[in-house]
Amino acid sequence: MTELPLPVKAAKVNARNVQVYYGQNHAIKDVNIDIPSESVTAFIGPSGCGKSTFLRCLNRMNDTIVGCRVEGRIEIDGEDIYDRRVDPVQLRAKVGMVFQKPNPFPKSIYDNVAYGPKIHGLTRTKAELDEVVEQSLHKAALWNEVKDRLAAPGTGLSGGQQQRLCIARAIATSPEVLLMDEPCSALDPIATAQVEELISELRNQYTVIIVTHSMQQAARVSQRTAMFHMGIVVEEGPTDKMFTNPDDRRTQDYITGRFG
Amino acid sequence: MTFATPRQVFSLFEADVRTRNRNAAERRFRLYGVIAITISMLALALLLFTVLDNGLGAFRQTFIEIKVPLDPARLDPSGTRDVEAMKKVTTIGYGKVIQAGLVATLAEAGIATDDSSVRDVFNLISKEAPAQLRNRVLANPDLIGTTIDFRAFASGRVDGYFKGRVSMASAELDSNISPAQLAIADEMKAKGLMGLHFNWDFILGPDASELRPEAAGLGVAIIGSAYMMLIVLVLSLPLGVAASIYLEEFAPTNRWTDLIEVNIANLAAVPSIVFGILGLAIFINFAGLPQSAPIVGGLVLTLMTLPTIIISTRASLKSVPPSIRDAALGVGASKMQTIFHHVLPLAMPGILTGTIIGLAQALGETAPLLLIGMVAFVRDFPASPPEGFFDPASALPVQVYNFTQRADPAFVERASGAIIVLLVFLLVMNAVAIILRRRFERRW
Amino acid sequence: MSVGLLLLIVIAVAALGYGLGRRRALASVQGDLRRLHSLPGYYGQSVFILTAAPALLVMLAWLLIQPLVIENHVISTIAPGSIADGSSTSLVLSDVRRMAGGLDALVARSSLSEGDIAALDANSTDVRGRLAEVGVALASDVDPAVFETAKAYRLILRTALLIMTTVVVAVTLAGLFFSLSRIRPDYRARNVSERAVIALLIASSFVAVMTTVGIVCSLVFETWHFFRLYSPEGFFFSTVWNPQFRGGSDLGIWPLVWGTLYVSFIALLVSVPIGLLAAIYLAEYASKTVRAVVKPAIEILAGIPTIVYGLFALITVGPFLRDYFAAPLGIGSSSSSVMTAGLVMGIMLIPFVSSLSDDIINAVPQSMRDGSFGLGATQSETVKQVILPAALPGIVGAILLAASRAIGETMIVVLGAGAAAKLSLNPFEAMTTITVKIVSQLTGDTEFGSPETLVAFALGLTLFVFTLALNVVALYVVRKYREQYE
Repeated sequence: MTELPLPVKAAKVNARNVQVYYGQNHAIKDVNIDIPSESVTAFIGPSGCGKSTFLRCLNRMNDTIVGCRVEGRIEIDGEDIYDRRVDPVQLRAKVGMVFQKPNPFPKSIYDNVAYGPKIHGLTRTKAELDEVVEQSLHKAALWNEVKDRLAAPGTGLSGGQQQRLCIARAIATSPEVLLMDEPCSALDPIATAQVEELISELRNQYTVIIVTHSMQQAARVSQRTAMFHMGIVVEEGPTDKMFTNPDDRRTQDYITGRFG
Repeated sequence: MTFATPRQVFSLFEADVRTRNRNAAERRFRLYGVIAITISMLALALLLFTVLDNGLGAFRQTFIEIKVPLDPARLDPSGTRDVEAMKKVTTIGYGKVIQAGLVATLAEAGIATDDSSVRDVFNLISKEAPAQLRNRVLANPDLIGTTIDFRAFASGRVDGYFKGRVSMASAELDSNISPAQLAIADEMKAKGLMGLHFNWDFILGPDASELRPEAAGLGVAIIGSAYMMLIVLVLSLPLGVAASIYLEEFAPTNRWTDLIEVNIANLAAVPSIVFGILGLAIFINFAGLPQSAPIVGGLVLTLMTLPTIIISTRASLKSVPPSIRDAALGVGASKMQTIFHHVLPLAMPGILTGTIIGLAQALGETAPLLLIGMVAFVRDFPASPPEGFFDPASALPVQVYNFTQRADPAFVERASGAIIVLLVFLLVMNAVAIILRRRFERRW
Repeated sequence: MSVGLLLLIVIAVAALGYGLGRRRALASVQGDLRRLHSLPGYYGQSVFILTAAPALLVMLAWLLIQPLVIENHVISTIAPGSIADGSSTSLVLSDVRRMAGGLDALVARSSLSEGDIAALDANSTDVRGRLAEVGVALASDVDPAVFETAKAYRLILRTALLIMTTVVVAVTLAGLFFSLSRIRPDYRARNVSERAVIALLIASSFVAVMTTVGIVCSLVFETWHFFRLYSPEGFFFSTVWNPQFRGGSDLGIWPLVWGTLYVSFIALLVSVPIGLLAAIYLAEYASKTVRAVVKPAIEILAGIPTIVYGLFALITVGPFLRDYFAAPLGIGSSSSSVMTAGLVMGIMLIPFVSSLSDDIINAVPQSMRDGSFGLGATQSETVKQVILPAALPGIVGAILLAASRAIGETMIVVLGAGAAAKLSLNPFEAMTTITVKIVSQLTGDTEFGSPETLVAFALGLTLFVFTLALNVVALYVVRKYREQYE
């Protein structure tokens, strides 16, 4: 990273004393973290450390898992997202998500991107919708590759294109926070580079939170990093500091490849 | 930029109109699902209730208890107690003996009868009773000269009266029964001469004619069904397993085996009545096998069951992990030995479960049996196997159909009762299948 | 000697061969198992197979060919004068067969000796009465010439059986000695036995193919007979169905096709929405406990025989619809109606649609659902806009299979739809279907060779073609769909 770390902006997400249980299993313990807006925050840590679980708490995707229970307080813009009054459907329009494996719907490219705006009623006319689709594909750096075949099925694209399509789909609902769960783990190096480049651009508009297994990726795209281990946040801070001079022994060991 | 504008109000605590509408739609959709399931459950409940409500009565029957003095002069005119000679006395003769016994019994109980009402009272007894008495006497000639307690079927109308099917008002219009007769029946019941008892003859006895619903039983049908199930089991299990082993383990993938596979999938969906046509054309008209015989029914049902068994057997073979095969092949077993020593035993619970389910389907199948002549009225029990396979018989579901085709409303009760028996058999078979699966199924 | 006894002899000799083969194999290596190519049991098996298989094949072929040859011969000896008016060669032939069987029975009860039979003469003896003693009832008095033919037929049969027995026993013994002579330590007995088993397996998988061939042949053959007696135009293009006992029937298929389609349509109208919604609810919404109760209950619905549904239509649904809908509205007075049959058949098809759809919905990968929820879609939006479109081909396949079921269903329509062939739009009227007419024409009293009976085969062929087309398309669609997510 040649860039200087950005000053910490106002926190977009604040988590306090978050506990997650899967049945009897206590998966996340006492997580406290503040995530600044318009930046990229990376969650790193060994497999099964709870980073994906925590990510899924941020847009209440864990609600769809039977037996999962979340305690503590997670606020976005100062509003507790686990409040009874909050509709997860509305929350997820504000907090978009991109998954590990590209999962385009078996529909056309256009319909994939238009799906979110349609269900949330974000556009009034077809022309507006067309505009949203085009803008989203532009932002996902996919427009030039697919502009001639918007009616072709999304499943026909290459892996990297599919993942960028999923990103386009997520940003079409104009979310404020974008969650990415190991978005490059199923992609080849070239496609990974394209997606990483895209992530760096997205941070100008969105609060991006990315879970990754790759230390290099965290170093390349993020400004802040949180290290998860056995369900707790071991250390959290500016990415540069984490990778050069970590406070915690476990972070040091993980980054230098001694476990994980 | 005309990029999608974030909604104006954006506190997460306040659902906007659109979200409220969407959530309402969500609840409606959920409700549709609940309604669909409720309808299915209600239909099931109503179906079972109908059958039980109509059919349970068939297991209890109104009997008349009379003391019948077996008059030697009437029943054994030759006095030799020789069965062959006694056969010359017809049921009419026995009817007179019963009538005499009835008059005496009524007199003893203090129910007044005159000449005109004796006929009425005698008609309360089933027309089947003299034949039953005759069979009993012929089986044991020593009874002659004694007075026996005879429990006779009451006629179908009297039975219906006590079960609520016949009323005084309906008897008014009925040529088979009169209110006066029903009044006598009430009196007899009060005196304990008439009453409802469990009727084993319904389960074990043969069918009876259209005019004697009270005597109709399922014995021949149960035996016919049992014979057919035996044939189906003996033929379809080995054939089905052999075919599945070939298709799953040995068959090369080419157009020919592809054809066999498509063919089997298709056969599983061919309407059952078409199998009946096949049975009629091939087994009866071409091969000359007898009509109404369990062997033909068994063969037809075997062909119908085969696809079911093949499909489930192949699934169980497929579920045995390849590591088992590799292990056996690795110690030098031949492919055949691997399959017969390792794969097949491991797949056996699944195969048996599938076979029982296939048998249960076959047991309830009606349409093909209609076409191969099993609708015929059969009163004689078939002989024991193997000759019995070629004797005429009925089958449980066909017996139900036969009962529904008869005019007397008492047969509705019989048909429902027969269905209860059929469902009990199916329940037992499925329970066995479930137990097998629970007990022996492995998850790999 | 009977066929059964002969069969037992062949099996017994083969079993003996098993023991001999085993022992001979062991003897050939002085009990040192390691020097044998295969386990001793396989040597036994190879002898068993080579002994029994050729003999049984000869026997089977003989039994298939013998009746054709002998009966042709017998037919040629029947004088044309012996065939009474209104009778036919085949009827006389069956009389001959039954008489021969009756004579056998008389001999078996030893009320006649072989000599007596040779001397028996239909003119002087009451042959009909004697045969009736053993349960062979003949329709008319016996024509002496036919009776002579029966006697001759019986003798030919006895000779043929004798020759067959000799041949089969000879083949059995030849097989036994041949296979025993081949046993040496390096004889690959296991391969022989395994090849025989493979042949057996292949033969078994042929049964399914032969069933289809049998179905097609019997339908096509008898339909061809039918069209020689009744014009195809009258069958395919007439809208009148009116069979007569004395001939001159109108046998137009259209009223039956209409009834079939109408009933099936109502059945699908009931079963598809209910089955599909139930499947969606069970797959997407229901808690584990609800699923654990409702799913088996719906499967019970699938396990109930159709005759039970038929009775349900006959005694509950039919009268209910008549008394509370049709009669008050003045649109029908019959308890059996298209509506009755359609409703009940719809109930029968619910589990069929729901379990197929359930499988298909569950085959849609979880990542599709995640993607949709992640965008903020509600569950119903996910179902309607992502899962159903993704599962659509599979669901269409399921519906086609259900339609094929509905068209071929027999007992519900026999008991619920009625017997009147009509072209009407009123669902509360009784109409009839192809399957009902197959049953009624084939269980009726008409003579088998008449067009009124044979029409059932033409109807059966129509039904078979209809359902086959539906099944093939449906299976193809479902198969393609499954491949997509594998």
